[in-house]
Amino acid sequence: MNIEEIRKQFPILHQEVNGHPLVYLDSAATSQKPRSVIEAVKRYYELDNSNVHRGVHTLGSRATEAYEGARERVARFLNAPSAEQIIFTRGTTSALNLVATGYAPSVLQEGDEIVITPMEHHSNLIPWQQAAKRSGAVLKYIPLQPDGTIALADVEKAITGRTKIVSVMYVSNVLGVINPIKEIAEIAHRHGAVMVVDGAQSTPHMRIDVQALDCDFYALSGHKMCGPTGIGALYGRRSLLENMEPIEFGGEMIDFVDLYESTWKDIPWRFEAGTPIIAGAVGLAAAIDFLEEIGLDNIDRHEKELAAYAYSKLSEIDGITIYGPREGRVGLITFNLDDVHPHDVATVLDSEGIAVRAGHHCCQPLMRWLDVTATARASFYLYNTEQDVDRLAASLLRTKEFFDHAIG
Amino acid sequence: MQLDDLYRRVIMDHYKNPRNRGTIDEGSVTVNLNNPTCGDRISLQLQVEDGKVSDARFTGEGCSISMSSASMMTEAVKGRTLDEAYAMAEKFSALMKGEPVEFDELEDIEALSGVNKFPARIKCATLAWNALRKGVESQGQGKPEGH
Repeated sequence: MNIEEIRKQFPILHQEVNGHPLVYLDSAATSQKPRSVIEAVKRYYELDNSNVHRGVHTLGSRATEAYEGARERVARFLNAPSAEQIIFTRGTTSALNLVATGYAPSVLQEGDEIVITPMEHHSNLIPWQQAAKRSGAVLKYIPLQPDGTIALADVEKAITGRTKIVSVMYVSNVLGVINPIKEIAEIAHRHGAVMVVDGAQSTPHMRIDVQALDCDFYALSGHKMCGPTGIGALYGRRSLLENMEPIEFGGEMIDFVDLYESTWKDIPWRFEAGTPIIAGAVGLAAAIDFLEEIGLDNIDRHEKELAAYAYSKLSEIDGITIYGPREGRVGLITFNLDDVHPHDVATVLDSEGIAVRAGHHCCQPLMRWLDVTATARASFYLYNTEQDVDRLAASLLRTKEFFDHAIG
Repeated sequence: MQLDDLYRRVIMDHYKNPRNRGTIDEGSVTVNLNNPTCGDRISLQLQVEDGKVSDARFTGEGCSISMSSASMMTEAVKGRTLDEAYAMAEKFSALMKGEPVEFDELEDIEALSGVNKFPARIKCATLAWNALRKGVESQGQGKPEGH
């Protein structure tokens, strides 16, 4: 894997920010886009743009082919049994909301259980809070180990015969931990519950096989995996999708409309009301092509090496706290410096051209579990290098010096 | 981008030695406000007597900018009428927009003008002032923002 060649394909990386070459360490928030993705979207608008599934004209056919081709591309990428099991959404958030409002009400009754974890992103937490409130179901949490990992013994305890839905993030956007989804799915299924996976942070970085994971729903965001913003997907088991209610109604999703009654199209189109995110889907397909050409296994290996390097390099900094386990993590490091608020850390790093995230990372319950109000996070992707980590470490040392001096 | 424009000595002094940090036991106006995008939070208490702020205290958690701003605000607002307090909050908004305003009440506040060059940090600086605004409004004074 030639990082220099890869970096050349990301135009945005080659600029100075605040007088320093940009070091982009915020890919867990959103990844940068390679030229092939930008070009695919541009080419679509310049040559093929039209509405899908309705025009008889040539552009309409081309747009439909591109859009449905993208669906097949996503299906192959996830090893889904068929393209009909891929619903395009706005992103992971809307995919999870679709499951929580379209599927959950049909199975949840008062006293039933939804099981999640305290490390969930708000997008895999609030939809379940709401689903529980609406149905009278109980929202239960699998407790975390002190290092932020999940113990299967706790999963066994949390999931019972009353559990109807288990929803867990594959990879934590804060702790970097990779959760044992396949094992949790096995326990969920043994109790007759369905397994929902928030794949926002896993899909960009590792090979995903929804059949091998044996999950029932899997949600992803395009923009975190080199694709455009505004496009994501939900994979679902066929039997579940066929019984899931649409939550948006209108054009595109209907079969027959009468004054007082209407019927829906087959899956997946019944879940895609209105003109879909065509250019986004085209961009997502191009992103998948890009990632697969490099190889997800190569990307995975590169990031894990970078994470290990960053962990040991940053650990040397006096007064740093790194959250989450040392082993078994993806390429992100969430940390705090003693006596310097993460916003101040992020501002000083930014003044040296280094982009990191600071705040609660849409994980307020996890912040409380960590007993902090906010943290700083450096997240890596295929275009990051050890030099980027070195720049980060050096800049953090200067941040400490600056604040020691300023408040000293 | 000059960090010294943002982290001026007087700001760091208020951060390190916050004035009026604490709570008022009874009879005060309390406003709890947080910044949902970053997790900063403040609890502001105002003791109001005869239409004047006789005491102001705060507790909370946040970055150097939000906490120093709270320290300065509580210092400046003591002894002011509710209308004066509200006018000061308005003046602070103008400062954040880069307008040249003076704070005769407490010149230290003018040091926060540098925040204006760091758009991502403006919400840190304004948190305490928004709490002040709400506190005054809860007393039937000031006026709700017109936007």
